[in-house]
Amino acid sequence: MSAPEIAIVGVGLHPFGRYGDKLCLQMGAEAAQAALADAGAQWSDVQVAAVGSHEVSNPDAIVSLLGLTGIPVRGVFNGCATGGTSLQVAAQSIRLGEADVAMAIGMDKHPRGAFAADPSVMGLPAWYGQTGMFLTTHFFGMKINRYMHEHGIGRETLARVAAKNLRNGSITPEAWRRKPLSVEEILDAAVVNYPLTQYMYCSPDEGAAAVVLCRADIAHRFTGTPIYLRAAELRSRTEGAFEVQSPSLPTTITPSPSVAASAAAYEAAGMGPEDVDVAQLQDTDAGSEIIHMAENGFCADGEQEKWIAEGATEIGGRLPVNTDGGLIANGEPIGASGLRQIRELVLQLRGQAGDRQVAGEPRVGYAHLYGAPGASAVTILSR
Amino acid sequence: MTQQTPVAEGLFTWPSDEPALIASQVDGKLQFPPRPGGEPYLLKRRGRLWSFTSQSFRPPSPPYDGNDDVRTFVPYLLGYVELEGELLVEGRLVDCDVDTLEIGQPMELRIVPYTVRPDGVEVLTYAFAPESQPEGEQ
Repeated sequence: MSAPEIAIVGVGLHPFGRYGDKLCLQMGAEAAQAALADAGAQWSDVQVAAVGSHEVSNPDAIVSLLGLTGIPVRGVFNGCATGGTSLQVAAQSIRLGEADVAMAIGMDKHPRGAFAADPSVMGLPAWYGQTGMFLTTHFFGMKINRYMHEHGIGRETLARVAAKNLRNGSITPEAWRRKPLSVEEILDAAVVNYPLTQYMYCSPDEGAAAVVLCRADIAHRFTGTPIYLRAAELRSRTEGAFEVQSPSLPTTITPSPSVAASAAAYEAAGMGPEDVDVAQLQDTDAGSEIIHMAENGFCADGEQEKWIAEGATEIGGRLPVNTDGGLIANGEPIGASGLRQIRELVLQLRGQAGDRQVAGEPRVGYAHLYGAPGASAVTILSR
Repeated sequence: MTQQTPVAEGLFTWPSDEPALIASQVDGKLQFPPRPGGEPYLLKRRGRLWSFTSQSFRPPSPPYDGNDDVRTFVPYLLGYVELEGELLVEGRLVDCDVDTLEIGQPMELRIVPYTVRPDGVEVLTYAFAPESQPEGEQ
């Protein structure tokens, strides 16, 4: 493992949930101020920022609330991978010598219910929307149904994952959904897209998260417990990947972009899955978390059934996954979701995660994002 | 007789006793829906179920244009059907339910009405149904 170049010295969260008329930009600014306070820094110390959002068309407008200091502020959007991208862009600014101190900020405020748009925004014909196929949720039902068929995974395992994330949410003060549910309650709930029930899905909501990064050699100016950025990789899909909103696909399915992003991140970090102590895996739905365990190298396809039955991904297990309840308990403000993951890992690696703290002083944290139209970001952090 | 119209021109051959989806072919590579500039290519009418799910809530409208509302919406099924040597094609599934469908089972193309326009014209789309007469038994 080479000497770290970049440190995370501050993290902040505007808890995810529903906030009525509160402006998205206001939530973003509050998360940024929380991250700056955590770092003992001022906005005037920040020399460059990357800001991600789906609903705010000019996320760089956040400077109107944080201060008009004239620094470069870049708006970024990569669907569900946006948080990983903003972190990567901020880190690259430091690596390139553009800045010594940078911020990544994410915020969103989604309407209730499934995402709605015109198919033309994805380059698809009108009939695909008219006939009721331009949706993301049914893709997840089809993907996990096929995966369960190929790898011998049962519906109860889906429910166990959702129950774990809701249980973790119940001990996370900032989580949105804090009511634990039993495996039976989750299985018996209304089916949204077979085999997934309503409690196995995350929901779009509102919120913001932010991270302060700096050159590793100046981290001591801000904190005694810097967390180092070991890898931040983004990949798009390759021909044949099974992706959302595909009226047709080649008959030979190729690996998801998550597999490529994960491999690139392990290589950049000089680590492997066996080195990871705590993970955040995109849990758009319970099935996604199961698939992502294998796509990120933590187990072989099909081993999830045994892992989850044994509690391996629980907070007390050998690889705790989504210790703050993940997307299922926090919802998904797309622009912010990836930076919520980073905040949770930073708290875990600092030993500040309260009731949900992973025992044994975890050293390495792993964050994975995946979403439409086939983009994945993987970040690896260490003490 | 009720008037009928396809949801889009050039999506499937219609009217036809043996309707087929229209793909396009460029340098030997198939694309569905067809793209401008490609050679038209009629896809196989039969294949095997690759995966399936249900759509239990009414999709956001627009773009969905079913003549129902949140109260009258009837859930439908969706799946991918593998047309051997061609493509996996996504479509609605009809004449079946999630409890009896099995991945790998033979499916065949159907043209079905999915909505009625305000002027009374039925709008047709394509769907797949369990094969009524499995291949080889005809």
